[in-house]
Parts: sequence; structure tokens; C-alpha cells
Amino acid sequence: MARMKFLCDADRCIECNACVTACKNENEVPWGINRRRVVTLNDGKPGERSVSMACMHCTDAPCAAVCPVNCFYTTADGVVLHSKDLCIGCGYCFYACPFGAPQYPRLGNFGSRGKMDKCTYCTGGPEADNSPAEYEKYGANRLAQGKLPLCAEMCSTKSLLAGDGEIIAQIYKDRVAKRGYGSGAWGWQTAYRETIAT
Amino acid sequence: MAALGIRIRLAVCATLLFVSVATLPPASAQQPSSVNPTADAVKEQQLLQQLNRIQGLGSIPDVKSYVIEQPQGREWRQFHEVWLHWIGAVAVLGMLAVLLIFYLTRGMLRIESGRSGINIVRFNAFERFVHWMTATCFIILALSGLNITFGKEILLPLIGPSAFSSWSLAAKYAHNFVSFPFTLGVILIFVMWIAGNIPNKVDVEWLKQGGGIVGNKHPAAYRFNAGQKMIYWIVVIGGAAVAITGYLLMFPFYGTTIAGMQLAQVVHGVVAVLFVAAMLAHIYIGTIGMEGAFEAMGAGTVDLNWAKEHHRLWLEEQNLGTGPSELQRRPSATPAE
Repeated sequence: MARMKFLCDADRCIECNACVTACKNENEVPWGINRRRVVTLNDGKPGERSVSMACMHCTDAPCAAVCPVNCFYTTADGVVLHSKDLCIGCGYCFYACPFGAPQYPRLGNFGSRGKMDKCTYCTGGPEADNSPAEYEKYGANRLAQGKLPLCAEMCSTKSLLAGDGEIIAQIYKDRVAKRGYGSGAWGWQTAYRETIAT
Repeated sequence: MAALGIRIRLAVCATLLFVSVATLPPASAQQPSSVNPTADAVKEQQLLQQLNRIQGLGSIPDVKSYVIEQPQGREWRQFHEVWLHWIGAVAVLGMLAVLLIFYLTRGMLRIESGRSGINIVRFNAFERFVHWMTATCFIILALSGLNITFGKEILLPLIGPSAFSSWSLAAKYAHNFVSFPFTLGVILIFVMWIAGNIPNKVDVEWLKQGGGIVGNKHPAAYRFNAGQKMIYWIVVIGGAAVAITGYLLMFPFYGTTIAGMQLAQVVHGVVAVLFVAAMLAHIYIGTIGMEGAFEAMGAGTVDLNWAKEHHRLWLEEQNLGTGPSELQRRPSATPAE
């Protein structure tokens, strides 16, 4: 099986937010929740750079480790998913996540966060693939249809890559070799304990 | 001659120039992109080294989402999944083991001179109400709190994920809302018993004699002995620590960041498991550990001989205040409430 990963080639990201829009639309993500967002560092200053960030589907995911009810599971493709039926909305995954991926539908005072929501790598949840129940809770299951996450598929500059980690790492390496520079795979060291040698 | 010399030099120079141009690699033609347009842009490792956090600006209202990387979540995970489990297990199981060994070797500490049959008031109705309100809250908080840390290892395999989630959800809400009467109880305990819990010289002597727990002596004590004072300050300081950190966690992002909440959770977890261990000792000595102790907080009265043995100076204070005849009348004056 593949080991699915995201890779944001920050030298290509133009902060168009198409990935954010694609994600919200494809998964019918509720108001107030953003599974993916584009953040601009040094905005308006020299050295500005934009990075598209969502759940990185970490190797040995911290969210899964700290969950008090073990509601997380990793698919055969290396995608980190969770069960909203089991989630108790304690917020621990949000403390542990290095990427700020877990989101909650409510403010969270008095522990009333509601069920956690995060990027599913367009892989739905524990329900039957592409069932209405799965769509309602988790959004689309494109992987079961043989498609990649829509954020990466929609990326206008192909900055955001999704797919098997080794393949997208090779694409990135080839790009860097050809154009002569690259800022590295953002978040990979934190998420996967490895970087792409360029 | 001079003109010829100039011509020769020009020719040599031209030749050298031609040769040098011809042999130089046409850099700009083969590698047009060797200029890095983002060379001066921010770099991930550099940002992480500076702040251990990468934060920028986004275009959605949720400002929290502008932080894209904060790897210290990995360290908090190490604390929560490894250290806290060890600290909690050693503190709670260690205390239970110590108490069990103590009970097996010493048994219940008896009233040496037997019961006198005369009861004197030790805690009034309000004091007992505050104690039991706080105690009830504490037990609910302790069980639901331990569930969050140890439940998935102990209870989840027994009852299955669905039942465990339902129970944990209820426990989470109980934990959050029971915290309010608990906090009130801690505040009342602090105010109500502060007068008797200021450490003094008598405590030093009491501690030197091992409180009578080790050996059979009965060191003198006022209303609260050094051991009880320790319990008092554990409740007040520990209670304040868990309450403050708990409310920080209950109201996310009110004055805290993710790093602040991680720290609050560390303090909350460590103080809480030590608190539980201390309260196990308190429960032990107040029930099966010592004859005549439970009724102090149960009925509110203690046997005169119990008071003589354990709180001699307090009893003397009581006698001074009320006179010996008063003492004799007390049991009838204050029936078991």
C-alpha cells in the first residue's frame, strides 16, 4: 500500500486559497471549521512565503497517542482518521497536534467543544465508503473512488502535492534539481521525522 | 616601433579575450534559473529554531489557525502518555501498597484507654457539610480524571469503545461542572480551618515523634496535628492549583495559547495524581486506619479518650473555654447531628 502524504512546495504557493475553497466545498465543512488553510509568513515584507497547511497525517500521530478514548485509527494508506461517534471533544488532540489540525464546532467553554473535525485526506471515516452517513460526518471519500484529495488536485500552481510519499518526494526532488532551489518540504521533519534531501 | 608594439599588444589581448570567452561555460544559457527568487524568504528550520513555532497571517477569521507548526505538541504527548502514566501509577499504586502494608502490620490504631462513653463536639454541622461536599466532588473529579489518563488502558478493553466513550463523555461533563462546588469547598475549607492550621513548634515535636504513626507514642497536638495540617495545605494549595489550571483548560484561549494549555495540563495532571495519593492516605486514616476518627466527620463528635490521646492540647483549650462541668454536659447539649 501507499503511504499517503501532503507536500507543500512553498516556493510555488501563490496564496490563492483554492485548496481551502476546494476542501470546504468538497467536504461540506461546517461554518467556522477550516480543515486546510493558507498562512503567509512575513506577509507584505521581504522574504514573504505562503504555506498551505492541514492535517499532515503524521507517522506515529500525536493526536492518536493522546486521545483518551482511542478514537483515532490509521488506514492502510497511512491516513490518520477518527470516529466522531467515539470522540468526546476533550481537546487533547488539539494540544498535541503540531499543525493545529483538529477543529471543533463550538467554542469549547465548559468542555462543550463538540465532536472534533479535521482533514480526512478526502478519505471519509469509519462508516461504509461513500455512504450518506460517512459524507454527513466526514465529507467526501475520494480515495475510495481512486482519486486524490481535492485540495492538491485543484492547486493552480501544483504547489500542494498529495499522493504516495515516495512519489511526491521524487517529484519535489526533480523540481528542485531542475529549478536549482527549494525551501524543503514544510512540516515533514515534524510529521514524518524525515526531510527530503535536495 | 611604438605603433607596432601597440598593435601586437592589442592582438594578444584580443586573442586572450577570445580564448577566455570561448572556454568559459555559457552559464546563463544553460542554467537560467540558478537565481533563487525566494532565496531571502523565511526558512522552516530557521523559524523553528527561533521560536519553536511558525506563525503567519491567514485570511480566515480563526486567528489560532495562523500558527502552522508547533512541534512541542510532541513533548506534551511524551508527558501525557509516558511520564504522567508513571507518576500517576507510582503515586496511586505506591500509596495503596504502603497503606496496605501499614494496615497489615499495625491494623487499626485503637483508642488505647478504651472508649469513655463521653462524646465531645469536634466538627459542627457546617464544617461537616463543607467537608463532605468537597469530598464527594473530589471523588467524582478523581475518578473522571483518572479515567481520562488511565481509562483507555484499564476500562476500555473491558467495556468496549462505544460504552467507554459514552461513559467518558459523561465523566468529562461531570469533571467540568463538579469543579465549581469543589472549588467553593476548597475556598471554604481554607477560610474555615486556617486558624487551626498554622504550623507551630508543637508540630515539630509531633513530626519528631513520627506522629505516633511510627511507634506507640501519642505526641501532643492542638485541634489539628502536623499530619492533618499537611492534609489541609495539600487540599488548599493542591486544590487551588488544580482549580486554576482546570479553569484555564475549561476556557480555551482565554489568556492561554496552546503552549499555555499544555503547561496547564501538565500541572493539572501531576498535582491531581499526587492529590489523589494524599487523599487515599487521608481516607485510610479517617476510616479503617484509626478507631474513633471517622465519627469526628461522621457524627461530628469524638470520644473524650480519643481526644485525650490524639489532641491533648486542643482538649485542654476546650476545657479552659468551657470548664470541666460544661464538658460533661456537652454530649446531651449537642446530640449527634
